[in-house]
Amino acid sequence: MTKGETASALQSFNVSTIPKRHRVFSLSRILAITSNTLTELTRLKVFYVLLVFGLLLIGSSIFMAQFSFQQEFQILKDVSLGAISMFTSLLAIVATARMVPRDIEDRTVYTILAKPVPRFEYVVGKIAGVLLLLAISTLVMVAAFLAVLYMREQAVLQVTAKQMASAPPDQLADALGAVRASAFNVDLVPGIIIIFLKACLLTALTLFVSTFATSTIFTIVVMVFIYFIGHLEATAREYWLTAHGSGLVTRVFLAIVALLFPDLQAFNLVDDIVAGTAISMAVFIKTALLGIFYTVIYTLLAVFVFYGKEL
Amino acid sequence: MTRGLIALGILIVVGLIKLPVERNLATLHRQEHFRGVEFKLDLREKLGQLGFIAALSGFRAIVADALFIQAHAAWENTQWGRMLWLFRQITTLQPRVLLFWDTAAWHMAWNASVAAMNNSNQPRQALRVKAQREYFAIGKDFLERGIKNNPDRPELYEALARLYKEKYKDHERAAEYYAKASALPEAASWDRRFSAYELSYCEGREREAYERLRSLYDEGEKERLPTLIKRLKFLEDKLAIPQDQRIPDTLTKH
Repeated sequence: MTKGETASALQSFNVSTIPKRHRVFSLSRILAITSNTLTELTRLKVFYVLLVFGLLLIGSSIFMAQFSFQQEFQILKDVSLGAISMFTSLLAIVATARMVPRDIEDRTVYTILAKPVPRFEYVVGKIAGVLLLLAISTLVMVAAFLAVLYMREQAVLQVTAKQMASAPPDQLADALGAVRASAFNVDLVPGIIIIFLKACLLTALTLFVSTFATSTIFTIVVMVFIYFIGHLEATAREYWLTAHGSGLVTRVFLAIVALLFPDLQAFNLVDDIVAGTAISMAVFIKTALLGIFYTVIYTLLAVFVFYGKEL
Repeated sequence: MTRGLIALGILIVVGLIKLPVERNLATLHRQEHFRGVEFKLDLREKLGQLGFIAALSGFRAIVADALFIQAHAAWENTQWGRMLWLFRQITTLQPRVLLFWDTAAWHMAWNASVAAMNNSNQPRQALRVKAQREYFAIGKDFLERGIKNNPDRPELYEALARLYKEKYKDHERAAEYYAKASALPEAASWDRRFSAYELSYCEGREREAYERLRSLYDEGEKERLPTLIKRLKFLEDKLAIPQDQRIPDTLTKH
């Protein structure tokens, strides 16, 4: 071996044997955890049960034909959007509640954290997996809802056109326009985005609760209470800030509710959108930002508590 | 434990930051007519325990729809009392849905009132008429409360005008409500016309009605509909409008 060959061999030996520098933050590590979480969640029976129930509920709206078309579309939209909201919220809570406790129980978390994976990457990867699952479920349910709405709209349009075949063209156009206006409304889109953001918020909050909870069932029970209290938060807040006659204990209780719980009622815009109230850009952006703010804060708190958890 | 306390502290600080933001958003929602239901304790009495919990958890639309389907079944069985009870709950839950107010008023003022008048179990006509008037009043009450909750939408003003016209034969009030509907941005083009028609039936207001109908007529061919021409002709005769100011007879369509 010549001198040059030896040097080259040594160099290649050195490059292959020097350990790669550990990066503090790695997107690929997070993505690996995310995809693994998503795969894990899609294998869960509860996911399919919830999704099927959601789709069934949306599909059942087809059988509302005995009502007038306004009543039919009103019920179809209410039931479908209610089903989307209910099942995304349920999925967010159920899927997240079991994530960390199960990983601890299965000892998967030890395997992951024994590798150079920081705990925040583990938490962020996990939550990203659930959010991805929520996005997929929401899209599937929205697609089913739009398909049902479109089918019913076309059926009603056909019937109306047939019934008014002898009417003057402007009256027919008015009638068909009324049917179309009662069916799809662009304002539904921001309403659906807000439903998704509410589910994201609930995911982050469930993850935060599960970092100090001792079992899955405890997390689910706590989240159910938080869900109800969250919808009452606005009432408690207004009462706390405006009523002066109540006693100290009541005021302290109301302050705790107002400060510690998110205002979930703020995310219920679809009911009024379906009723015909147009959503302004200001309301949409502010509500969306509030949802993102809560999701980020609860995720950071989950990371913070998870760092102190003895594993 | 320490981390838990720190997390609690952070939550309180975040709570203090989010408080004005949430209040501001709630005000904005209220301004834009979101949050139709104020969750007070008397709502629980109206809705019952289950409905109240469902409404609290953000499913008031679904609860309202379920009650609406029950009301539809009650209608098929002509259970008017149950229908009234259900519609009161439905409209409490969804005060921004015009359809519920309108349907409730229609069932009460049209269907229930006719059923009351034809009630074979009540031999005394005076009591049948009384029951009928009570159902008219219930229908009117639904529409008035609906308007209070939705002052920006013309549909309920139109429904109330119809009720005054057809049930109370009160053309003056009918004209007033059609006029109110026509002043709103999303009003139908016929609201102005209907208001003038109704006014043309009111004793002592013929001149006003004539001027409004004439001004509509002068707007062009689109407004020159058979009823408008008929009412205008009637008023021309009644007010003895000079021949040269009258609309041409040739345009009369029947």
